[in-house]
Amino acid sequence: MATLLDPFHYAFFVKGVIVATLAGGLCGLIGVYITLRGMSYIGHGLSHAIFGGFAASSIITVNYYLGAGIWGLASALAINAVTRRRRIGVDAAIGVVTTASFALGVALLTVFGTKGPSFDAALFGSIIGVSSADVWILTGITAFTGVAVLINYRALLFATFDPEVADVSGVRVARVDALLMLVLSLAILATLTVIGVTLVAATLIIPAVVARMLTNRFAHMLAWSTGIGAVCGFIGMNLSYHLDVPSGTTIVLTGTVAFIAVLASTGGRRLSRAARREVPAQPVRS
Amino acid sequence: MNDTSGTSERLIRLSGVTFGYDATPVLSDVDLTVRASDLIGVVGPSGAGKTTLLRLLLGTVRPHAGTITRHQGLTVGYVPQLETVNWNFPVTVTECVLMARRRGWPWASRGERADIMQTLERLGIAHLADRHIRELSGGQQQRMFIARALLRRPQLLVMDEPTSGLDVTSRHDMLHLLADLNAEGTAILITTHDLNGVAAHLPQLVAVRHRVIAAGSPARVICPPVLEETFGAPMQVLQHLGMPVVLDPFTATDSRRAAA
Repeated sequence: MATLLDPFHYAFFVKGVIVATLAGGLCGLIGVYITLRGMSYIGHGLSHAIFGGFAASSIITVNYYLGAGIWGLASALAINAVTRRRRIGVDAAIGVVTTASFALGVALLTVFGTKGPSFDAALFGSIIGVSSADVWILTGITAFTGVAVLINYRALLFATFDPEVADVSGVRVARVDALLMLVLSLAILATLTVIGVTLVAATLIIPAVVARMLTNRFAHMLAWSTGIGAVCGFIGMNLSYHLDVPSGTTIVLTGTVAFIAVLASTGGRRLSRAARREVPAQPVRS
Repeated sequence: MNDTSGTSERLIRLSGVTFGYDATPVLSDVDLTVRASDLIGVVGPSGAGKTTLLRLLLGTVRPHAGTITRHQGLTVGYVPQLETVNWNFPVTVTECVLMARRRGWPWASRGERADIMQTLERLGIAHLADRHIRELSGGQQQRMFIARALLRRPQLLVMDEPTSGLDVTSRHDMLHLLADLNAEGTAILITTHDLNGVAAHLPQLVAVRHRVIAAGSPARVICPPVLEETFGAPMQVLQHLGMPVVLDPFTATDSRRAAA
């Protein structure tokens, strides 16, 4: 027990655990919308796109959050805009926009070097170097996202389930989509240094997929996914310290264990059972 | 349906409307008026522009030419094709119907819950309120979407292929339901492929093939010249108990060959 509590004596670890738990919960929350929209790849793509912003802001000595944030949001909106053109699918749009941005980031860092977080930390995440400012920024982004989801819950749900009917029913779908892209960009931006470019997508997808296997209700899925993400972040960060492995890796592996456990115990059964069970309608009251 | 067909309030009017997704127009020079008392079926082959016509009426696409005039403050309910829905999406019937109330907290208020249950009861699916949407039959899924549309108290209900994939009994129930809703004051416009099972039972029809071929009563629209121009194949029409019955040309040919 003492060994488990030992790292909590270090301020850097406490900050890391707070950031990982918040980041896990935040990505779990947003991940529900991302996976249900069939945009699982966007987390992977956007984190790579933001890496380009990370490199650029490092070189021109602009604040990392500002530079990479603007870059990430611009990339997300570009993907959205390209996707709305009927001829190009969302996967292709993500592929083009984000890999180009990542390639640019790698080229810039190779030529000019980095003045901010290290290249390895940006790619795989690190608990070292999490500042108090990082904790406050992530807390602010998490609070903003929570309030945004609460206020726009119905519009977000409708636009995710059936954008065409939502549009006809008065939901401003383009605005809702832009809001989702904004919180997604902010979440990736704030979690990048802890989880890393290459693994942040998993923190968006795994909790949501696990939650989907546990419930058929949307509100419950949001709660489950947020909780699972937060718990995986907490456990993963502790494992990172004890095993001396990059934090992003242990957080993702913890989520993967949860996925396998839930898949083994409930996976597939719920949906197939639901598909088979039909209840006759009652007579229509005229 | 056309300017002289009724005296009730005009909800939407399309005048000389042309639209296409690329350079080729999907619909050309369409004139159509929907009035408050209308129950209209839009018939035509696949790719004729039926769904595009719905999108123009709903306002999700804008015409390249012509004008669309809507009654001020018009509320439209839309029921999509079942085939376009993600049935694995994690929502219950109640959660799905509540989407119609686009503002508010995540949970339904007491008033909203009562409103939803009343609408579901009206449609005979109140006992399915907590079921996942995939657990419903095709007819029940259609009713769920109708409930969602009705929760907005629409003046016009637009439905894309509402009887597609339904068995005979469910189709029959659906037609009765639409007639009841129409009698209660909701204008209804549906698209359908089914000439005998659905279209012949509706009071007004519009035959579409990239333009309006004919509009009016079933007797006026379901006749060989209009059907041949609409579907691109000669069709025979018989009268049975005062209703037109279309003989499928391919089935008829096969039957004659079999008899020979």
